Amino acid sequence: MKITRKDVETVAFLSRLAMDEAEMDKFTGQLNAILEYVDMLNKVDTEGVEPTDHILNLKNVMRADEAKPSLARELALKNAPEQEDGYFKVPKILEG
Amino acid sequence: MELYKLTAHELKDKLTTKEVSAVEVAEAIYTRIDAVEDKVQAFISLTKENALAQARRVDEKLKANEELPALAGIPGALKDNICVEGTKTTCGSQILANFVPPYNATVTEKLNAQQTVLVGKANMDEFAMGSSTENSSFKVSRNPWDTDTVPGGSSGGSAAAVAAGQAVWALGSDTGGSIRLPAAYCGVVGLKPTYGRVSRYGLVAYASSLDQIGPITRDVTDCALVMNAIAGYDHRDSTSINAPVPDYTQALVPDIRGMKIGLPKEYFVAGMDPDVEKAVYAAIEQLKALGAEYKEVSMPHTEYALATYYMVATAEASSNLARYVGVGFGQREKGEDLISMATQTRTQGFGAEVRRRIMLGNYALSSGYYDAYYLKALKVRTLIKRDFDKAFEDVDVLVAPIAPTTAFKIGEKINDPLAMYLQDVCTVPVNLAGVPAISLPCGFKGHMPIGLQIIGKPLGESDVLKAAYTFEQNNDYYKRLAPLGGA
Repeated sequence: MKITRKDVETVAFLSRLAMDEAEMDKFTGQLNAILEYVDMLNKVDTEGVEPTDHILNLKNVMRADEAKPSLARELALKNAPEQEDGYFKVPKILEG
Repeated sequence: MELYKLTAHELKDKLTTKEVSAVEVAEAIYTRIDAVEDKVQAFISLTKENALAQARRVDEKLKANEELPALAGIPGALKDNICVEGTKTTCGSQILANFVPPYNATVTEKLNAQQTVLVGKANMDEFAMGSSTENSSFKVSRNPWDTDTVPGGSSGGSAAAVAAGQAVWALGSDTGGSIRLPAAYCGVVGLKPTYGRVSRYGLVAYASSLDQIGPITRDVTDCALVMNAIAGYDHRDSTSINAPVPDYTQALVPDIRGMKIGLPKEYFVAGMDPDVEKAVYAAIEQLKALGAEYKEVSMPHTEYALATYYMVATAEASSNLARYVGVGFGQREKGEDLISMATQTRTQGFGAEVRRRIMLGNYALSSGYYDAYYLKALKVRTLIKRDFDKAFEDVDVLVAPIAPTTAFKIGEKINDPLAMYLQDVCTVPVNLAGVPAISLPCGFKGHMPIGLQIIGKPLGESDVLKAAYTFEQNNDYYKRLAPLGGA
C-alpha cells in the first residue's frame, strides 16, 4: 500500500473534499494503483539533477510600477455568490 | 458544395469574391449544427445571436470592399475553458456552470480583432482533465466517425465540432495531449504550440507550467492561419515568450527535401496497436521518399514521462483549483463556517476525476511525500527535456504516434483511471519539454482515423507545419469527411 485509508482521509481534509465510506475505499484503491505506477520514477538516477519546475526558466517577471486600468468593482463582484456593500460576503469567521 | 464542408481558406476566397456572404456561411454552420448536434453533442453553449450579428458586420465591410483579415467571417468554436466576456464559460464543470466572465481571454480578443464568428463554446472534460470528454459535467461528446466511440479529450468538443462540420476551426487547450489526442481520434489537425507562444491569459488554469492553447482545424493551412491569429507575446501572461511571430503560412511549402526527421523508437510502446504502428512507419517511409533525411534517435526517459506528468500536473492542479471555495465566483453550497462551506461547495461542484487529481496533487505536495513524489518528478522532467535537447541536436523534427490506439468505446475506460491515462503516453513528454507538436491524420484502422505526431524544436512551429503540410498534400486523408456514424 502506497497510500493508506488514513492518508486519504487526511488528504481529503486538506483538499476540502468530503467523501462517504464507499468513495473513500474507491479512492484509496485508485490512488494506490496510480502511485504504484508512479513508483517507477524511483528507478531513475537523479543524483545531481536540478529540478525543472518551469520550462522557460523564468525568474520574477517585473513591470514598471505604474497604475493601469483594472476590472471595475461591480464587474469583479458580478459572479460572487453573495455580496454586500461592495464586498464578497462569507460566513462569520471570528467569534464574538 | 455545401458550405459546412469547406475550410477557412476556401471560405475566405468565396467571401472575398462575394460568391457567398458571411451570414450565409454562419447560417450554413448552424443548419449543420441543428442536423447533427443531437448525435455529436459537441457544444456546451451556442452563441447564435452574437454570431449572426458579427457575420452581418463582416458582410457590411465586404460590401464596402474593405480588406479583411484571413479569418474574418469564418465560424469557429472555443473550448469552454477560454473566457469570452458576457458568454458563459463553464470549463465543463458544475462549479462554474453559471460563470459569465467579465473579461475576454487574450486569444478571444485576438480572434475578435480578426472578426471571426464565434458559433459556440465546445464541450470538454471537466477542468481539461481527461482523455475522452466523458468527464464533462454536462454531456458526453461523441466521435463523428463512430458515435459509439469517444472523440478523445480533453478538447473533445472542439475536435468533434470541426470533424462534423459544426465549426470551421476551433481552439483547444493541451496540457498533456488534450488538443492532439482528440484531433487524432477525430481525423483532424491539432497543434500544441511551444509553451509560451500563445498567451494563457483568460484560459481557466489546470496545470500552469504545461497548459497551452492551440488550433484544431480541418487542414494544415487553416492551422497556420489560426496560429497567425493567436500567437504572440502578452504582457498579461508573464510566461508568454517575447519573440517575433513569423507568418506561419510561409511554412506551407510541400517540400521536405533536406529536412532531418527523427524517429524516437521509445514512442512505440508495448501494447501499441500494430495497425497504428504500421501507419506511422508508412508515414515515415513516405516522408523519406519525399526527400527527408531520416535518423533513429533515442529518448531513454520517455517511459517515465507519464508518471512524471501525473505528479507535476496534479500538483499544479491542486493549487490552481484551491480558488474554488464559493467566495469570488462559481457555485456556493451552504456551510456553517468557511471550511464547511468550502468543503460542501467543492464536494458537490467537482466531479470524480477532478477530485481524484486534487487529492493526488495534494498528496504529492504534502509534507513527507514532497521529495519522494513531486521533487523527484521535477528532476525526471529535467532528464526528459534533455532527451529532447539532445535529439534536436541531430534532427529538425521528430515523428511519432499520437496514441497507442484509435478512439475507444464510450465507457470502456471510465472506471480505470490508469488505463485512461495511458492514452496520453505519447503526448505528455512534449508538454513536459514545452516543445510544439502537431497531430494530423496518417491513415485509418477500419473506419477510424489514426494520428501522426510531428514534434518540433522550441519555437519550431514552422518546421512542424512544413513537414505536416508536405505529408498532408501527398495524401488525401484530409479530404475525407466523417460519416457521423450512419447519419
